[in-house]
Amino acid sequence: MSNSKVEVVNENKLDKGSFFAKAWERVNKRDLFLLLALFGVIILNSISIPNFSSITTVGFLLMDVIPILLLALTTALIIISAEIDLSIASIVGLSAATIGSIIQRGDDMLIAAGAALLVGLIAGAFNGFLVAYVGLPSLAATIGTLALYRGLALVVIGDASVGNFPEEWTSFVQGRSELTGIPFVIPVVIVMIVWAIIVLHASPLGRGLYALGYSKEAAKFVGVNVEWTKFVLFVASGLMASIAGLYWVLRYGSARSDSAAGLELTVIAAVLLGGVSIFGGRGTIPGVVVSVMLIAVVTYGFRLQRISDVILVIITGLLLIASVVGPNIYQKIREKLDSSSRNKKASSVQ
Amino acid sequence: MNSKPASSLERVKESVMRILRTREIPVATAFVVLVAVTAFVNPRFLAPQSVKDLMLNATIIAILAAGQSIVIISRNVDLSVGSMLGISGFAVGTLFVAFPEIPIPLVFVSGIVIGAVLGAANGFLVAIIKVPSLVITLGTLYVFRGINNAWAGGTEYFSGQRPKEFGDLSVETIYGLPIITIMALVVIVSMGIFLSRARSGRDYYAIGSDPAAAELFGIPVAKRVFFAFVLSGALAGLAGVLWASRFSSVGARTGLGVELDVVAAVVVGGVAIFGGSGTVIGASIGALLLTTITSSLTAVQVDKFWQQAVVGVLIISAIVIDRVSALRAARKRKGERSNV
Repeated sequence: MSNSKVEVVNENKLDKGSFFAKAWERVNKRDLFLLLALFGVIILNSISIPNFSSITTVGFLLMDVIPILLLALTTALIIISAEIDLSIASIVGLSAATIGSIIQRGDDMLIAAGAALLVGLIAGAFNGFLVAYVGLPSLAATIGTLALYRGLALVVIGDASVGNFPEEWTSFVQGRSELTGIPFVIPVVIVMIVWAIIVLHASPLGRGLYALGYSKEAAKFVGVNVEWTKFVLFVASGLMASIAGLYWVLRYGSARSDSAAGLELTVIAAVLLGGVSIFGGRGTIPGVVVSVMLIAVVTYGFRLQRISDVILVIITGLLLIASVVGPNIYQKIREKLDSSSRNKKASSVQ
Repeated sequence: MNSKPASSLERVKESVMRILRTREIPVATAFVVLVAVTAFVNPRFLAPQSVKDLMLNATIIAILAAGQSIVIISRNVDLSVGSMLGISGFAVGTLFVAFPEIPIPLVFVSGIVIGAVLGAANGFLVAIIKVPSLVITLGTLYVFRGINNAWAGGTEYFSGQRPKEFGDLSVETIYGLPIITIMALVVIVSMGIFLSRARSGRDYYAIGSDPAAAELFGIPVAKRVFFAFVLSGALAGLAGVLWASRFSSVGARTGLGVELDVVAAVVVGGVAIFGGSGTVIGASIGALLLTTITSSLTAVQVDKFWQQAVVGVLIISAIVIDRVSALRAARKRKGERSNV
């Protein structure tokens, strides 16, 4: 099913010459391709769409992409370790509902925000418990909690829609630099991206996640505490979802039980487009971040050209399909070429 | 497998045990208990009109669950069913407006063919190009929905624009069963027979248990998986036609988000999410259970805001029970082996 797992992470670079050659080896070619595509689309949009290159674009594009970006970070970690969390959008909804109901009672926003994060933590811990300690397949378990958490959001807030959040909170979240259009919260988001990069690419935990994605037995063998690692992952995912929920209510100025409904599939699509293998063991955070931005820029451009939002989902879908079908066909052609050249030099050993 | 001779008593005992161990039993029991308790609290729950509504509610999800279960048994998943249903449902509305005299069977054939063609696209990408079905059908979920949106725009077709006989399919009953429910039963039973009796049907279990071994064994894996997606698409198409008959309108948002309900129904019905085991009948009972629970909660006057949370708890408990019984079976098998 997944011959990609056989690929060994470049280990034969010991005798490869210069520093630059080594650096080039380490660059993920797929991430690079996505990055070039992102720049290409930005340039193309700036040339062909009159109002694209403006401060307003930067502001609104970034503000709308933040929740997806945040959720994509932890979702990438989870999929790389060969699990999945379908309940994230429901946790966003549940924490939004929690904030709404506390504000409705007239309590302080700080209490509401704290409660929302706590709810996210607990929801994530329950997912983690089911997957890591009860041993349920995460695909099935998180479909269950998807329904459960969305249902609890309804219990908490009913069909009410709560607005009027404290001015100082909303103005921070909705505020943008007048000079560049960059939202004030972007530094926070960058910190989180850096956190995810360090966790995945520069920590023992991150190496453990790749190991888990390759093979659970192998991970255990090299000393990864499989259960605990998975548990922590789902807790992180739940916590991140509640942060996204906090952002969501302040950004859109309303808390409802159906906030962010259906967002889980958008996030997963972006993560997979970013080069994360659905079977785990492969993927990078920079790739995921670039892919989230790519989808956002493409959709934003089309939206400025008055192409209806609902039709735009086609683009997400086609990008996703192309991102998995493309490399597969490329690999098949390469294999064919390789095997024919190997037949000529009969001496080659794999 | 069982080559040693057994006395007839033992054989009877064994077959009784086998029935008790089948995966449909827990979910069927849960359904019976649910209906019994609800009817005890609120006898009107079993009034003819109420029972008819229960069956109508379950019909469409049960058909989708039947298609989904063959896909999941082969260790794949089809997330695009809601979008395929949407396109087929809107096509039905369009057909009736364009050709008011169109014969109803032709409408059914069109819906099913549309679904099958879309399913074939999924099947081609999964079985021939060999890309993971979760990714592909997540992609086609968006693509098909986008096509539906582009086609429908803001247009919606209402029940007034369809001939009365078509709408009557989900009103009229034969022996108390709505006509569209009878169609669903025919589909489910024939698929159940196909999967459990036909040789090619049994292949799906082998593929789901171990695709590589199935390939070695000479099972045409790609062909079977392709067919599973075509079938899932065709049934989603059929579900779209029935949706148009049952509900008052079809448009760009028809069937939105139904895919996770269907997967949940299949899993509750005892089909293992990683393939290789489960039955169509179980999946259909799962669909029946999930659609009935909402009506039950209404009937026993549970606050409507609690209903979805209860559904979530039900799904999780079903998976936990499944896991526990699987563990117990594995331990027992191990014990038997060490006795030999």
